[in-house]
Amino acid sequence: MITVNTKEHPWHKGMTVRTVIQEKGYTFTHLVVRVNGSPLHESLYDSFEIHDGDEVLVLHLMAGG
Amino acid sequence: MSKILKEYTYTPAKIDKGYSGKSLYIHVGDLRIEEKEVTEFMKEKFVGGKGFDLWYLWHAVTPETRWDSPENEIVMSAGPLGGITQYSGTGKTLVCAISPLTDIPIDSNVGGYYGPLLKFSGWDALELQGKADKDILIFIDGNKGHIIIEEADDLPEDSHLLAEELTSRYAENEQDKVNVSVVSTGSAAKHVLMGMLNFSFYDPRRKTVRFKQAARGGLGTIFRDKHIKALVVKYKGIKGDTNNPADLATLNRVGIKYHKQMHDLDDKQNAMRKIGTANTIMVMDKYDLLPTRNFQTGGDPDAYKISPQVFINEYLTQGIHDGCWYGCTMSCAKTADHFPLKTGPYAGQCVTVDGPEYECAAGLGANLGIFDPQAVLEQNFYCDTYGIDLISYATTVAFIMECYEREEISQEDMGGLDLRFGNAQASLELMHQMSRGEGFGPLAGLGIKKLKKIFVERFGADENLLDDIGMENKGLEYSEYLHKESLAQQGGFALTNKGPQHDEAWLIFMDMVNNQIPSFEDKAYALYYYPMFRTWFGLCGLCKLPWNDIVPADNYLTDTPAKVPEHVQNYVEIFNAVTGKNIDKEELILQSERVYQFQRIFNIRMGKGLREHDSAPYRSMGPVTREEYLSRQERYDKQLQELQGLDPSTMTLDEKIAKTRAYREKQFELLTDAVYKRRGWTNNGVPTIERLQELGMDLPMLLEIIKPHL
Repeated sequence: MITVNTKEHPWHKGMTVRTVIQEKGYTFTHLVVRVNGSPLHESLYDSFEIHDGDEVLVLHLMAGG
Repeated sequence: MSKILKEYTYTPAKIDKGYSGKSLYIHVGDLRIEEKEVTEFMKEKFVGGKGFDLWYLWHAVTPETRWDSPENEIVMSAGPLGGITQYSGTGKTLVCAISPLTDIPIDSNVGGYYGPLLKFSGWDALELQGKADKDILIFIDGNKGHIIIEEADDLPEDSHLLAEELTSRYAENEQDKVNVSVVSTGSAAKHVLMGMLNFSFYDPRRKTVRFKQAARGGLGTIFRDKHIKALVVKYKGIKGDTNNPADLATLNRVGIKYHKQMHDLDDKQNAMRKIGTANTIMVMDKYDLLPTRNFQTGGDPDAYKISPQVFINEYLTQGIHDGCWYGCTMSCAKTADHFPLKTGPYAGQCVTVDGPEYECAAGLGANLGIFDPQAVLEQNFYCDTYGIDLISYATTVAFIMECYEREEISQEDMGGLDLRFGNAQASLELMHQMSRGEGFGPLAGLGIKKLKKIFVERFGADENLLDDIGMENKGLEYSEYLHKESLAQQGGFALTNKGPQHDEAWLIFMDMVNNQIPSFEDKAYALYYYPMFRTWFGLCGLCKLPWNDIVPADNYLTDTPAKVPEHVQNYVEIFNAVTGKNIDKEELILQSERVYQFQRIFNIRMGKGLREHDSAPYRSMGPVTREEYLSRQERYDKQLQELQGLDPSTMTLDEKIAKTRAYREKQFELLTDAVYKRRGWTNNGVPTIERLQELGMDLPMLLEIIKPHL
């Protein structure tokens, strides 16, 4: 199990940041990702592996109204 | 030639560090024109823009003043940063008055050239008081120092005709048209309470007059009630240092850094230069936030028909600079050019439509169940030229449509209009009725608060249902975001000074998706910081969009990416560079809070501004009807289990709706408690003397208002 934006989410082997984004249905593209507190550049989303127990933050920088 | 009623000459004040040091007072009833000194006290406590507006308005009115009282003023001011050309979004005018919809001060932040040209003509603010007995026009020539008030009976009513005519009249030639700006409204403003003001700027690339709107709260209605047909200002000679900043080099440095970000990153981020604020339509739909059919649900399978790509590919002119003030590289003021109208008095003509902004597509599209881009743009045009606030219009008509479909009112009650969701022709006819002052138009134009009462008393509608589904707070209609799942945004709309407009706080993603502010204290902090920060734009004459609709490439490395720290620092630096002061980011917030607390007390002075006035319709908090609950049943059932420990499988639908409602209403009250505490207010929403003392705002005139409530 991992947490995504502080809520539990099932972990599976081979999970990457991109997988998390897809499984959560996050279609907005302007994101800030942090894994266990460390910021991650967008170029690493496909390759950065998520481990069981990781804390993932996927912050949507939606400017809004 | 129109009859001249009054002439006045003056020596235009030289701008010094963002201020002219003078404001202009015009009584349109007795044609009195006076100059006032802008004092150091005003600059210290109120900064400018909306702060100056509220200060003058306070002294103009009494607690008994209503929107149509002669003493009610329309006040406008550009703020000390207004008119600089080095940074994006710096040409805003702030407009205030006692609103016909809310009976308290309304403030609107508008682009176009009027405010900066007014300041460069020598005036930090303009007060318009009294009522003329016939239609008038007020022309300010900022180069010559000459003001003329003249009769204006012969001028057209609708903005797109009126502003074109006046721009041509006062410009010496085609090149001179950019030096003229017109404030006007339209033919509907005489007949509705949601009339708005158009602020013009001439677009030399399209060779047409363009508009931005001071839309909210009925400013256009007051304008026409005063029999003002138009304001015109002309000033020639704008340069990079016209604001006479204290430190031009810093202004240039910060501006160049910002413009490079815009050039390098906008295409990868929000594409503001291609589509403007409408870029978010499909994002809102995917995240269940696009208000659909009177805020019942947050999306629709047909939303793709009004997607940004549809507008880009089929309607909006691309590749032309679209700033509404010089130097704005965000360039988000898009247009549909040569747009053929199909209805109304201008049917068959091709016009330039300024838009659609997000609020237009969401409000006049999804919230009315109209997924037809042509109809969205045609409504957009007519709202603008008729002088109708399209947000109040859309939210009001969505309410009417739901009342009709639920058989709370009949087609006969609406004078025969078939105002059901999706009927664009009926909506357009309603607009034309507003313009002509005929049929159901003027009644609909009263806005939701008054309509609720009329529908109950005159048509026998269910009062409780109408209170639940009528999306207004303080008398102002909600802007176009579905926010039931964001408790923080429920507060962001309802716990506001002027009513539910999104320019105080927009916390939906931070709260609902990012889960960054889980506790009441977290939400209360956000509902302190963001309203204060965003108020500051209105004090200085700035646009909000350049703050966070583009962010630096390394913003993700910061501790608080939602605040966009580098851009906050930019604002600190350009404020200091213009004014010569030495504020930091903490003082920036305090500058805003002084005005924010002042406005709250102003509301109390007008008989509002207490906790009871911050209440919200239940539709803004949760599912009112069975259909709403069932449309998101999995979500709501899960919340019953996880948040309340209930077993939804053993409950009836009505029991589930009732339990959900009780829980959510309690959450809103707890949020209100936390926000009031964080803002330094009593549990009844009254600013405390202690907080005012800390801010240096313990002015006797304010203490006199709050003491009876403490």
